[in-house]
Amino acid sequence: MNSDPVQVRLSGAGGQGLITAGVILAEAALLDGKNVVQTQTYGPEARLGSSKAEVIISATTIAYPQVTVPDILLCLSLEAAKKYMSLVHHDTLVVLDSTIGPEVTGRGRIVRLPMTATAVATGGKMAANTVALGALNRLTGLVSPESLRRAVLARVPERFRALNAAAIEAGERLASPAEAPA
Amino acid sequence: MKRQRLIQGNEACAHGALYAGCSFYAGYPITPSSEIMEILAQEMPAQGRVFIQMEDEIASISAIIGGAWGGAKVLTATSGPGFSLMQEGIGYASITETPCVIINCQRWGPSTGQPTKAAQGDVMQAIWGTHGDHAVIVLTASNVRDAFEMTVRAFNLAEEYRVPVILLIDEVLAHMRENIAWPEPGELPVVNRRAPESTAGFKPFADEGFLPFGAGSRYHVTGMAHGPEGFVAHGEAAARELRRMIGKIQDRVKELAVFEAAMLDDAEVAIVSYGITSRPARAAADQLRAEGVRAGCLDIKTLWPFPEHLIADIAGRVDRIVMPELNLGQLVREVERAAGGRCEVRALGRIDGSLMTPQQICDAARSGKLQAVGQENSK
Repeated sequence: MNSDPVQVRLSGAGGQGLITAGVILAEAALLDGKNVVQTQTYGPEARLGSSKAEVIISATTIAYPQVTVPDILLCLSLEAAKKYMSLVHHDTLVVLDSTIGPEVTGRGRIVRLPMTATAVATGGKMAANTVALGALNRLTGLVSPESLRRAVLARVPERFRALNAAAIEAGERLASPAEAPA
Repeated sequence: MKRQRLIQGNEACAHGALYAGCSFYAGYPITPSSEIMEILAQEMPAQGRVFIQMEDEIASISAIIGGAWGGAKVLTATSGPGFSLMQEGIGYASITETPCVIINCQRWGPSTGQPTKAAQGDVMQAIWGTHGDHAVIVLTASNVRDAFEMTVRAFNLAEEYRVPVILLIDEVLAHMRENIAWPEPGELPVVNRRAPESTAGFKPFADEGFLPFGAGSRYHVTGMAHGPEGFVAHGEAAARELRRMIGKIQDRVKELAVFEAAMLDDAEVAIVSYGITSRPARAAADQLRAEGVRAGCLDIKTLWPFPEHLIADIAGRVDRIVMPELNLGQLVREVERAAGGRCEVRALGRIDGSLMTPQQICDAARSGKLQAVGQENSK
């Protein structure tokens, strides 16, 4: 990602950990010495329907705190994809979970990755947000891989650290299949 | 590099209060202000400070007034419905010259409204909500670092001027996380209450300083009009005291004015804003500059006493002031009054619970009469 600021929108269903993912990404960017603003949906829709976290990262001062048009869009649920895929530009990197069928399409550079399935295989569906962060970061180089690891491990409870460390790596491998072990 | 931390606006308010030496908090939780109370509920008892959850907001404001007269530096935090309930107490705090801080985390109103949606609809209420002419200071913040600093400033002004100080933030700033350079101890000034030189014959309203209840002298505090000794006053004596109370704020308007101005020196359009709306305002000014429009912006952080002198200065130099607010036009009335017809003042309101966008502000700055003025000039 060469643009500055970079606008990131992380979307999915309430309970998939998108807001936690947003906070982790923001903390990783801060560890890299960047300025960052993180916002989220707040209220009933964040608990039942679709949930969204936004992160803006810049080397300079960030004026407007919310995403206008995302440079990177993550959708972990069909409902979120339907809601947010129309709000992108032609160059937006759109990363969809493989549970979202090929009939769902739109503008932007669309990449489909089995993030939820990978989380399940790694040890728990709840780690889908961390798998997604690993994958997104490998695709974009938003933050340094070390900062992402530090931010994830600082945020998750002790008993889930091993799972989340594995989830980052699994996400990174997903986004670079050539490096994946046979 | 200074220690950077990623925190929410509400966290910044809570930690700002601790930094300022808040020693007594009483409140009742309400969205979207509750994190302030949650953090202080954890931090204050652990630090030997007093935290009380009251039964409602009327009790909360009453408790902090009592806390102040007990010698504490006091805070309550609430949102619209709770702020409405507090109005009578704010009037009592004002006429009794009680140093206290009230944080109102604004949400969409009136009434229950939309508890999770941002608004700036409580500005006039913060200034004029309690009955009668009265002295209050109203501050706001447009970023998370500001939320910390303005909370500290609110305490300082409450102590220095002995008035209720209201800090207005909003749902978006309350829950937004930003990295801030964490203020070190001693970095920001902290003002403490001035003690009287002598307790003998202490007059509570004679600018002799502040003597808490039970600290060596008996005196009278009442919500009725009163003289320097605290006893009931009428007629000219009452008028003189009220003028003094209001004067101690209004006469210091320039000193109290906190603001950030950008790119105004050669501006033809000034975007005047406050609170969270100053963020899209700045983005809009940058965008307009990139398009060749000479735009500048003024972020007002002291809403009351209203810094008329800043607007008067700008109005004499620009063609147009654009004033975006998350309401249907409240502080713009003060701006219009201060501009005195020297430039066009265009109000831009939004009340759907979302932030103003930079594009909306750009459109308001560009369209309409401004172009017409240019066309007239070219004829």
